Amino acid sequence: MTAETVAPARREPSELSLRDRDRILSIASPIGLLLVWEIAARSGLVDVRFFPAPSSILAFLWDLLLSGDLWMHTWASLQRLFWGILFGGIPALVLGITMGLSRTLRAIIDPLIAATYPIPKSSILPLVLLIFGLGESSKIFMVAIGVFFPLVINATTGVREINKIYLDVGRNYKADRWNTFWTIALPGALPVIMTGFKLGVGIGLILIAIAEMNGAKSGLGFLIWSAWETFAVEQMYAGLFMFALIGFIFTVLLNELERIIIPWKTT
Amino acid sequence: MSPGAIPLRPIDSAAAAVRPAIRIRDLTKTFGGLTAVDRVSLDIAPGEFFMIVGPSGCGKTTLLRILAGLETATSGSIEIDVPAGSSRPDNSMVFQGDSIFPWMTVWQNASYGLRMRKVPAAQIKDVVGYYLDRTGLGRFANYYPHQLSGGMRQRVAIARAFANDPHILLMDEPFSALDAQNKLLLQEELLHIWEEHKKTVVFITHSVDEAVLLGDRVMVMTAQPGRLKQFVPIALERPRDIMELQGAPEYGELVHRIWSSLRDEVQRARELEEKIGDKP
Repeated sequence: MTAETVAPARREPSELSLRDRDRILSIASPIGLLLVWEIAARSGLVDVRFFPAPSSILAFLWDLLLSGDLWMHTWASLQRLFWGILFGGIPALVLGITMGLSRTLRAIIDPLIAATYPIPKSSILPLVLLIFGLGESSKIFMVAIGVFFPLVINATTGVREINKIYLDVGRNYKADRWNTFWTIALPGALPVIMTGFKLGVGIGLILIAIAEMNGAKSGLGFLIWSAWETFAVEQMYAGLFMFALIGFIFTVLLNELERIIIPWKTT
Repeated sequence: MSPGAIPLRPIDSAAAAVRPAIRIRDLTKTFGGLTAVDRVSLDIAPGEFFMIVGPSGCGKTTLLRILAGLETATSGSIEIDVPAGSSRPDNSMVFQGDSIFPWMTVWQNASYGLRMRKVPAAQIKDVVGYYLDRTGLGRFANYYPHQLSGGMRQRVAIARAFANDPHILLMDEPFSALDAQNKLLLQEELLHIWEEHKKTVVFITHSVDEAVLLGDRVMVMTAQPGRLKQFVPIALERPRDIMELQGAPEYGELVHRIWSSLRDEVQRARELEEKIGDKP
């Protein structure tokens, strides 16, 4: 062994202050952007017909909130999202997990999913309108489709990727089909399922916006689309802002849900 | 007592007359063209701590999995003696490596077999509580596996198997993934728990030491195809003290005897592997 003098490892210059700095920067950057935007709009550097000043968008949002319209449209979209997630999610979960457990079912359903999955979901909207009409069910169906595919695929994968030893334990300790599902397949696949669910909700948000732009009388998608028709740019931004807010809240809620239902996840 | 003074236990020749707990006849298992287990016949007595050693790939795990009902035999028979009307399961397995469910707490894991059998809650509480205490896990009942060390996780797997109260216990190299100190502790704990109920145990190991320390009888298997090569009775007195035993001359002799029998097989297994490796 050769003798070496090793300099004592130098500590990073105060790690906490670095983290604080990051936090400050990440708050400052969007505010900075809004500020630049505001100045640019007021000084005429950008065309306010396309990029109205943030302050005027905020003022419009405020008016929309007071009139109750903002809430009405947001609520309409949220309801459709809720039912869509429910009607798309539950069948996807049941089918996906069962497919993961049953080779036969997988052989039957896999090609159907492989064939329909690549179709852009938005492209089936006319067909959905034809079948379900202009009412609520067409919008709910679009969201359901968006949630269904990633969830069914991830549920199947999640179950198939469960370490085989756990299924052996289930068999050796005489778990029946019901218990194999509830005590091994579902919890074992849950982390992968959760990823699929997050993905599906994201796609559901895209699809609700598209669905509400065609033949809807309410919803944030409708709000944005009617703003285009009347050239009310502030209203358009108000709709976009609400979508962004919903997306953000969903992300937070889903992360929280994941933390609660997967308490064994190490991180 | 000096280490050399451990008295030998007389080999009970009448044991063969007792109805065996497990009777295996001409058991053969093939996977495609490969014979994993080849015409193995043996009887295991009730309450016997039966060890199987063999080189890796000799089919010992396959044999155990057939006993556990996780594989079906290609030919031959296995009979596990279960009294008529018994509601207890005929076997429970302690698997090699991590096998406790990461999504269940220690308590939920240890009670799994009983819950699957729909045993009354009060009884589950007693039995599981007892075995968690016996394995030193009482305080960790509500912990998740990722919060425990590897040794503790394997203790949960042992508690799960014992709590299920099977007629026979199957153990597939349960300590092979543990470090030497933890292995020693768990071997001691296993012996202590076993002494209380004297369940029939079939235990697979690749460690000759472990086979001698724990077993009543050791079966040496040949390299693939896995055949019965030899039985070595371990007539060391119980209860055993592992530390004391390791210094005893009888212990050394037994280890030597088993190892000389096993050595050729390990050598042959290695040659087989090299041959497979040579194939283009």
